[in-house]
Amino acid sequence: MRMLINAAERVVADALRGMAQAHPELVVDVEHRVIVRADAPVAGKVGLVSGGGSGHEPLHGGFVGPGMLDAACPGEVFTSPVPDQMVRAAAAVDSGAGVLFVVKNYTGDVLNFDMAAELAEDEGIRVAKVLVRDDVAVEDSTHTAGRRGTGATLFVEKIAGAAAEEGAPLERVTALARQVADSSLSFGVALGAPATPAKGGPTFDLPPGELELGIGIHGEPGRERRRMMTSGGIADAAVGVLLDELRPDGPVLALVNGMGATPLLELYGFGAEVRRVLDERGVPVARTLVGNYVTSLDMAGCSVTLCRADEELLRLWDAPVSTPGLRWGR
Amino acid sequence: MDAGFFRRWLTTAARAVERDADRLTALDSAIGDADHGSNMRRGMAAVAAALDAEEPATPGAVLLLAGRTLVSTVGGASGPLYGTLLRRAGKALGDAERVEGEELREALAAGADAVARLGGAAQGDKTMLDALLPAVAALPDLAAAAGAAERGAEATVALRARRGRASYLGERSEGHMDPGSASTALLFLALAEVADDA
Repeated sequence: MRMLINAAERVVADALRGMAQAHPELVVDVEHRVIVRADAPVAGKVGLVSGGGSGHEPLHGGFVGPGMLDAACPGEVFTSPVPDQMVRAAAAVDSGAGVLFVVKNYTGDVLNFDMAAELAEDEGIRVAKVLVRDDVAVEDSTHTAGRRGTGATLFVEKIAGAAAEEGAPLERVTALARQVADSSLSFGVALGAPATPAKGGPTFDLPPGELELGIGIHGEPGRERRRMMTSGGIADAAVGVLLDELRPDGPVLALVNGMGATPLLELYGFGAEVRRVLDERGVPVARTLVGNYVTSLDMAGCSVTLCRADEELLRLWDAPVSTPGLRWGR
Repeated sequence: MDAGFFRRWLTTAARAVERDADRLTALDSAIGDADHGSNMRRGMAAVAAALDAEEPATPGAVLLLAGRTLVSTVGGASGPLYGTLLRRAGKALGDAERVEGEELREALAAGADAVARLGGAAQGDKTMLDALLPAVAALPDLAAAAGAAERGAEATVALRARRGRASYLGERSEGHMDPGSASTALLFLALAEVADDA
């Protein structure tokens, strides 16, 4: 397995050094692993902090900047950050208006952010949390860890970030983040396994001519393995599963997300198939975003995320954002 | 058992994790995200370094420092869970200079209880508890505890995961050992080994 790295233990630190050099508008603390927008804390503004394992770039560090996150904490590859990072991030962005933690539903992220919230509150910082759990492939029952947080994280961070930028108070920003999280569902497909630096090779074996349905973003196999399908067939399957549960009665936001190793040529073609299925089902698409946003190292494949959007959410979606990974309107 | 014994336990465990890191990662690759070995190696190396630098004077202080170090360096689920196990056990031991077998059993039982509550898991869910709970039940006999932990880890192979990342796989998680139960077995093997050398 050939990777553009020095050593597995140095991957995250090396990436943060490069990110600091490429983005002088961010303050990147390589030692403590916290990425903060340079003008934080912004007076009177709620601070938005997220984080999770590295390997999902541009999530989360690439979404730090005006209109989205105030800070992000990258963990080791596919491993949640530690509470020290989160507390440091919260302290760096709290202007007194409080801090919202955006947490993806993975056991490690939840436990570490819970510990961090307690520690930050001990330091006098008001903390609220929102849990993103949008992956329909996981049965949400007492027999699982609950649905994973995947593509909807981008919707939550963008929309809550816009509300915070407008000066909404912590309660309102939190309520909007919950609304987006509760209105979004995702479904992912792997056409190949990602290779982690620690393992030095693919995390699972996927023979040619087959694909994994219902995958997450950590190189874990999915719920089911099937014969390879066409782009249109995958769109039929993915969007069908989403609509059966989401049941939108108005416009949706659509994210057609690449997992890291699928070219835009394929993603745009797949996006057209997603749109075809939504048209056939009579679901109006208000906005579409196509690209590699919530990735899984070099995994080949894609995911679709839909969010039931009202006028308020659409207005906040369209609000200006200026981050390394998402930028429009200013 | 004094502070020196507990320091030797954890440095021996750190060496065992170092030796077996690739095996732990391979186990995690099958049903998780292929990082348990590298995460535990990073955390236990930091524990060994911290114990060396600070030389805590009591068994309780050794476990508290080790637990705090794991929380601050591991991340993922393993950091909070192993950190809680050792911190909670360390608190239970208090300021005692020396610890008898029965006190160790009670302390680790309190730690295991805290782990179960934090992770919301029970025996049979295919987690580290499947090695930890039988090991604690076999204490204060350290050799028996090590054997019970190993058998507990073996028994996770047949189980379907209901907690942690492997639970996303449903029935596809069956047929693989839970990596957390494997690292817990290493911890108890190290404990028996240090007692043998004493």
